[in-house]
Amino acid sequence: MLHIVVSVKQVPDSREIRIDPKTSTLVRIGVPAIVNFYDLHGLEEALVLKEKYGGRVTVISMGPPPAEKALKQCISLGADEAVLITDRAFAGADTLATSYVLAEAIKKVEETWGPVDIVFTGKQTLDGDTGQVGPGIACRLDIEQLTYVSKVTGYNGETKRVTVQRKLEDGVEVVETKTPVLMTALKELNKPRRAPMPGMLRAAQYKPIVWTTADFPNLDRSKIGLKGSPTIVGKTWVPEIKAADTQMLDGDTKVKVGTLFDKIWETELPARFGWDHAANGKGA
Amino acid sequence: MTEEVKKTTEDEMPDWSEYRGVLVYVEHREGVAKPISWQLLGQGRRLAEKLNADVMALVIGDNVGKLAEEAIAFGADRVFQVDSPTMHDYRTYPYSRAAMKVIHDAKPEIVLFGATATGRDLAGAIATHLPTGLTADCTQLDVEPDPSRLLLASRPAFSEKMMATILCKQYRPQMATARAGVFEALPRDPSRRGEIVHVDYTMAEEAVAAKVLDFIREESTVNIEEAEIIVAGGRGLGSAEGFKLLQELADELGGEVGASRACVDVGWINHHHQIGQTGYTVRPKLYFAFGISGAVQHVVGMQNSDMIIAVNRDPEAPIFKIAHYGIVGDLYEIVPAMIEEARKRKADAASGKGSKTEAEGGVRV
Repeated sequence: MLHIVVSVKQVPDSREIRIDPKTSTLVRIGVPAIVNFYDLHGLEEALVLKEKYGGRVTVISMGPPPAEKALKQCISLGADEAVLITDRAFAGADTLATSYVLAEAIKKVEETWGPVDIVFTGKQTLDGDTGQVGPGIACRLDIEQLTYVSKVTGYNGETKRVTVQRKLEDGVEVVETKTPVLMTALKELNKPRRAPMPGMLRAAQYKPIVWTTADFPNLDRSKIGLKGSPTIVGKTWVPEIKAADTQMLDGDTKVKVGTLFDKIWETELPARFGWDHAANGKGA
Repeated sequence: MTEEVKKTTEDEMPDWSEYRGVLVYVEHREGVAKPISWQLLGQGRRLAEKLNADVMALVIGDNVGKLAEEAIAFGADRVFQVDSPTMHDYRTYPYSRAAMKVIHDAKPEIVLFGATATGRDLAGAIATHLPTGLTADCTQLDVEPDPSRLLLASRPAFSEKMMATILCKQYRPQMATARAGVFEALPRDPSRRGEIVHVDYTMAEEAVAAKVLDFIREESTVNIEEAEIIVAGGRGLGSAEGFKLLQELADELGGEVGASRACVDVGWINHHHQIGQTGYTVRPKLYFAFGISGAVQHVVGMQNSDMIIAVNRDPEAPIFKIAHYGIVGDLYEIVPAMIEEARKRKADAASGKGSKTEAEGGVRV
């Protein structure tokens, strides 16, 4: 039996964010909110492990009330229970403050539903793009951490150890460690399922459990929200693009390409790359 | 260590005078440094000079004396070497504890890591434990001089459409992970002098739960950062197949294939080819952009190329604003024509016809 917690975040669909060219500010109106897709890979793996070894999957999310929708989506996919951690006091949190609240929430999940064996997060969020919250949670819970997991190859219920593959820049590492463990999910980990009909029906009825600061009597207020965040955003700007003196080439394909190569041939490149090698000796 | 954190009200800057210098984590595999390590050491040196402080390197591993010496050759004034069999493979627990001991003793004001899987894993753990602020994935690193000595850690934000400078005023050290291929390493200088500090830190193997069982190397054969010619493709390719065509052109010209983030995200090509804010920053002599619209996040990674040639179906594509030569058209017609033209010119040159000879059937404008 495994108790798996999946931490998810509702994020704006980054592909839809635009910059207002006049004001250089973000246009977020009408941008759809989605579940951070790396988190969905974490949820999928949790569900697969639950199917294999039995147990339960609890999903948590910190965010404003509309994030309830993300949690209902997780329920439709097969999560047993979903908790929304929401409070104005949590707003403005950077990764350090976020990991504090999520770690406290996981402790409360343990008090409520029993000890947790595995925590999944996505490798990073689409909006923050830091990948720091996962390791932050693991540190605060003082559990093992396995980041950038591309495959869970085994779990031994007796030794309580997991074996995974981690995808790094220069190769794949095979590593095993004891549970409880926090893993961060890559998209290579699996292919998330579609919500089955019974799941969708359950989600339609389901009201996520809501925890606010009132549910955490021992919460250290200096560690949450803006106040608990060591990093602050200084200035923001739209990167400057230097416009070039562009020459558009006309004609049919052959003419365009011919003209282009004439231009390239005026540079030092043909000599540098030896494209004009034979021509050097004999002259054009 | 948590108890030692000083925290004051928002406006007041705490006294951080005992925190001085820039510490760079030297990531390596089996004693061979990752390029990012020396790039960061170079940038660390530039920051340290502005702060009138030392640049330090942190080398953790098993039998890494050579690497510590290399760190001096690449710019470190002082190298902290943690050497122990337990440190043979990177594992979060022993590495983060060793690094925290060094940070505790050396008290750097800035600590930099590569924004790699290992760098992010390690930095994330350390920053939480200390605790302090950590800025991820920086593409610009600068400092304010005395008295604030603030690290100005800038990174792409809001799905890379903007840049944001992140500050950490109330905690030390200020930590950041930074992207590979953005900063320049110093030239290797074996005559450079520096100090190697052997850090007395050991951890029993039994204390470490994680065991690395195997490592399957998947070294990339792509060297996009140093390529002088890049043939890059974007969403306009329409499929992974398009990259085969681009590869053909790249092979003909002796270049490498590059890609926009969109293509990497959908899995048409792997991230070793990615150019732009979340990929590599490149400045080749010749850059071809096929089916790349020219979103800011791509353009900032290649706009300093000597010659930019853009091919796009859409005459309004922003890539044309920064290109030196633009062709509006179907890349699936144009790329084959380019391959043919390149072959012909090379063949002509080889047969002595010369590069200026009119290609058969071709019409010059």
